[in-house]
Amino acid sequence: MNAYSTTALKAKASAADSPSVDAQAVSHATLRLPNDRWKALEIVFWLLPVASYFFFPDYLVLISQIMIVGLFAMSLDLILGYAGIVSLGHAAFFGLGAYTAGLLSVHGWGEPLSGLLAAAIVAAVAGFIVSFLVIRGQDLARLMVTLGIGLMLFEAANKAAFITGGVDGLSGMVMQPLFGAFEFDLVGKTAFWYSFGVLFILFVVMRRVVNSPFGLSLRGIREGGRRMPAIGANVDRRLVAIFTLGAAVAGIAGALLAQTTQFVGLDVLGFPRSAELLIMLVLGGTGRLYGALVGAAVFMIAQDKISGFDPTYWQFYIGLLLVLIVLFARGGILGGLEKIVARIKRKETA
Amino acid sequence: MIGNFIGVLFDGIAYGALLFLISVGLSVTMGMMNFINLAHGAFAMVGGYVCVTLLSKLGLPFLATLPLAFVAAAVAGLVLERTLYRRLYKATHLDQVLFSIGLTFMAVAGATFLFGPTQQPVHLPDWLRGQVHVLGLDLGSYRLFLIGVVVLITFGLYLLIERTRFGAQIRASVDNQTAAEGLGINVSRVFSLTFALGSGLAGLGGGLGIDVLGLDPSFPVKYMVYFLLVVAVGGAGSIKGPLIAAIILGVFDVAGKYYVPQVGAFVIYTLMVVLLILFPFGLVRRKA
Repeated sequence: MNAYSTTALKAKASAADSPSVDAQAVSHATLRLPNDRWKALEIVFWLLPVASYFFFPDYLVLISQIMIVGLFAMSLDLILGYAGIVSLGHAAFFGLGAYTAGLLSVHGWGEPLSGLLAAAIVAAVAGFIVSFLVIRGQDLARLMVTLGIGLMLFEAANKAAFITGGVDGLSGMVMQPLFGAFEFDLVGKTAFWYSFGVLFILFVVMRRVVNSPFGLSLRGIREGGRRMPAIGANVDRRLVAIFTLGAAVAGIAGALLAQTTQFVGLDVLGFPRSAELLIMLVLGGTGRLYGALVGAAVFMIAQDKISGFDPTYWQFYIGLLLVLIVLFARGGILGGLEKIVARIKRKETA
Repeated sequence: MIGNFIGVLFDGIAYGALLFLISVGLSVTMGMMNFINLAHGAFAMVGGYVCVTLLSKLGLPFLATLPLAFVAAAVAGLVLERTLYRRLYKATHLDQVLFSIGLTFMAVAGATFLFGPTQQPVHLPDWLRGQVHVLGLDLGSYRLFLIGVVVLITFGLYLLIERTRFGAQIRASVDNQTAAEGLGINVSRVFSLTFALGSGLAGLGGGLGIDVLGLDPSFPVKYMVYFLLVVAVGGAGSIKGPLIAAIILGVFDVAGKYYVPQVGAFVIYTLMVVLLILFPFGLVRRKA
């Protein structure tokens, strides 16, 4: 079995090659699609950000940023956690979305929702084109292509300073009120609900996608791409579809960041952003959507608390954390929790 | 104009030779162990800092520091391979990428802590500075020296891999690990020694390259793409492939920066994407 799918939940989907699940559960689970019903724990999870709005009114900006980055991390989870494509340049689509929304607003189109849509379209088109390069090679070539495209866009934005503002960033964005009624305020209340709403709606969509037959076939490709054509699945077309969707969501996340902060810096396209994104995702746990959100929250809160120290130490500990996760805790935070829960359950039944 | 062109070509070849020297170890280890090692530049950085420290603190001559840079990076490589890398040979590529990004971050932070964030100066001996006149052309002596060193090392590597017992063991391990093990080759020892050799060559390249590439803590991240590029374009597991790829990339990079500075690094990334589309498995495919 693959290292990032050894969970009790996922085991149901691919129970055939998992000896730990007993035979009776297998016969039931393999005949059914993954269960799409909302669990109580999930509802509690989504009440957390709502509660944090009332309990931590001073941290609204940070919480909004966490939700935006969480959305971005989920978009990477779609292509990496589910389809198994290792990308080192996912920030390219985030940056494209951010610059699309930013440029629209600077040139007089300040309506937020249509800006979001435009960003999604631009990022999706770019993702669609790039996906054909990505599906051609194996892991190393994929890595290089995504890395190369990310760097190319970064250079392009850097050199085209007359459009993007270059290293100084794109400023002078003027946002119209959301729905024509809610102004973007300085405390970040509108930004909070706007980010939360977009995140939640897109989460519901993505959750539906990964729990559909299509999502199941992606996992099949991840676990054994060469065998999938044998059961009649068109691997390339599925990978193109999920890569395009992932790019579109990343673009929306970028646009959200641009609109809520009303600024686009060159760093939205940078390699460190792609690398940090990977770190958040594996920290939370890949292939389970919630891992992306948990990872983003833990990472960004830690960064916020530690940024008072020397940033050098921060980078050192992030590196150490990555090495330790890879060596000892491959499932990330949620993977670890699931293992503990599974162990307790096994003890109860025994 | 034509002299100008030859000058650019010459600088490009010197630059490519340096890229080759640093990346060749990455190519062999990647081909052999199928390990995507993004931290390879960190070993080059170790060599660079060893060079600079020995030059400025102990006052050793430049040429004497280079073997020590090789040894330091090779020892670092050997220790890390024995303790950490070998645990991940069977892991997924994602795990390898994450692990080596983690190592890179730690190396960058460590170098910043020890040596500060600034560029390190290097004082070359007088005979390596300035220009030499060859056939009516002015060629930088240091770049001529670089090319000479790399030609010697490439020749040495060729002899090592094609003519010695150890070289035969390396080739056998690259081609088929299981069969090599069955024939009584200690593959794990071959892996360790090859990794150490590759890291050492990177360290040597890091020391030689201070004058050309510069040296600051962000070195492993800044040049990561170049090293990976040489391997991805050249084809992992061979020596000829990366050599060709490194020269092509070196010449195009220097030419791009010289003739069209306004697009800058764009040339190299475009070239890379085009080459990867045309040759998804590298220029030289290793014979199985």
